Amino acid sequence: MRSAKAPGMKIRFWGTRGSIPVALTSVDIRDKLALALLQASGRTFGSYEEAHDFATSELDFSLTHTFGGHTPCVEIETGSDEYFVCDMGSGARPFGVHVLAKQARRAATVNVFMSHVHWDHIMGFPFFGPAYVPGTKIRIHGCHDVVEQAFRLQQAAPCFPVDFTQLAANIEFVRLEVDKPHTVAGLTVTPHLQLHSGDSYGFRFEHGGKSVIYSTDSEHKLENRAEAEGFANFFRDADVVIFDAMYALAEAISVKADWGHSSNIVGVELCQMARAKHLVLFHHEPANDDATLESLLKEARRFEELTRSDHALKVSASYDGLELEV
Amino acid sequence: MTVSPRRFANAVVLSVAGRLDQDTCDEFRGELMKHVEQTARDGGAIILDLAGLEYVSSAGLRCFMLASRAAKTQHGRIVVAALQPMVSEIFEISHFNLVFQVFPTVKEAVAATSAEALTEFEKATP
Repeated sequence: MRSAKAPGMKIRFWGTRGSIPVALTSVDIRDKLALALLQASGRTFGSYEEAHDFATSELDFSLTHTFGGHTPCVEIETGSDEYFVCDMGSGARPFGVHVLAKQARRAATVNVFMSHVHWDHIMGFPFFGPAYVPGTKIRIHGCHDVVEQAFRLQQAAPCFPVDFTQLAANIEFVRLEVDKPHTVAGLTVTPHLQLHSGDSYGFRFEHGGKSVIYSTDSEHKLENRAEAEGFANFFRDADVVIFDAMYALAEAISVKADWGHSSNIVGVELCQMARAKHLVLFHHEPANDDATLESLLKEARRFEELTRSDHALKVSASYDGLELEV
Repeated sequence: MTVSPRRFANAVVLSVAGRLDQDTCDEFRGELMKHVEQTARDGGAIILDLAGLEYVSSAGLRCFMLASRAAKTQHGRIVVAALQPMVSEIFEISHFNLVFQVFPTVKEAVAATSAEALTEFEKATP
């Protein structure tokens, strides 16, 4: 009997931070705990479950969780035996642990899509467990000339003890053409050029009638309508748009103009133009704490409400560990 | 989108009405830049009276930013006043309230520019 469930996609965020990994400090955890205790002041809990319910329903996300600190690594599941993942930031380490556990000693095939090769997007590869397993196939797809060079360079002495040539997996580099749909193990992917130092590429993934955009490290200069319309067409009717929202708008177009990143507000505007369904804020600024990231999310949601026409856009912020069904 | 200028001593009040977005941004910047050099020379300020501004997009906010930057290079300054509730909220959401000096009323912005500007403003708007 066929399943009634549509063969869409599942997105799993292994790393959502931009530029450099970050971790909560002991002071951060103490402060979160103190604020939670303050908000629970006068309350009594008869069980762990009661306390858990209170934390879940009444405390802010930024108090009970963290957005996390791994740099970009986003998995897309299609139901295929093969794996699909965008970028190899430090989130590639836990992603590799997941692949090894799921494979239970069977060799895996992993399709990687590289937005670009800046350090925060490749730094997890030397710690990607399946790369050390004989029989594993890793196909690294990208549009830059320098993808293979960058992967080899970061593992060359004296920067890393294991040279790229010592990796046991069968690793292949695959060049993708810009703005052309490619089919990789049943998943259609179309790359699109973005404004970033050395160029970056966004990817539009399509499977089972659903579409997911991965668009990180992309600055939008807002200089002319054609530029915005080009991205609106790339995002057109997407079910999910994973978007570089590193800064607030004022920062993005003043002190951090030309740094190659965008804002929550521009994400809302482009998704509204594209009539996309769900905007997911991504590539969080490492200097921002959880409370600041939650504020940026609330501001984006409010901006969407204020500027909504006949099309409602859902707005979320990604965090390490988030899973979305599409 | 319309821009109407009024001068009070070394303060220029530009009343902006309509929508400021990708389509109206260049026209707005053109109008604004006409006043930047002279106001800077007078040691005064340009006050954007936004009481009639119904909506501002990110491209419109970028216009404010570019004009402010141009004014600063000439040692001038641009402030905003009398924002409608929606525009005021967009300023806060986009963190523009941290970059621009925002006054509740045009009169307060004029008063912050110079005593002469306030005197002339009060004469003109009894």
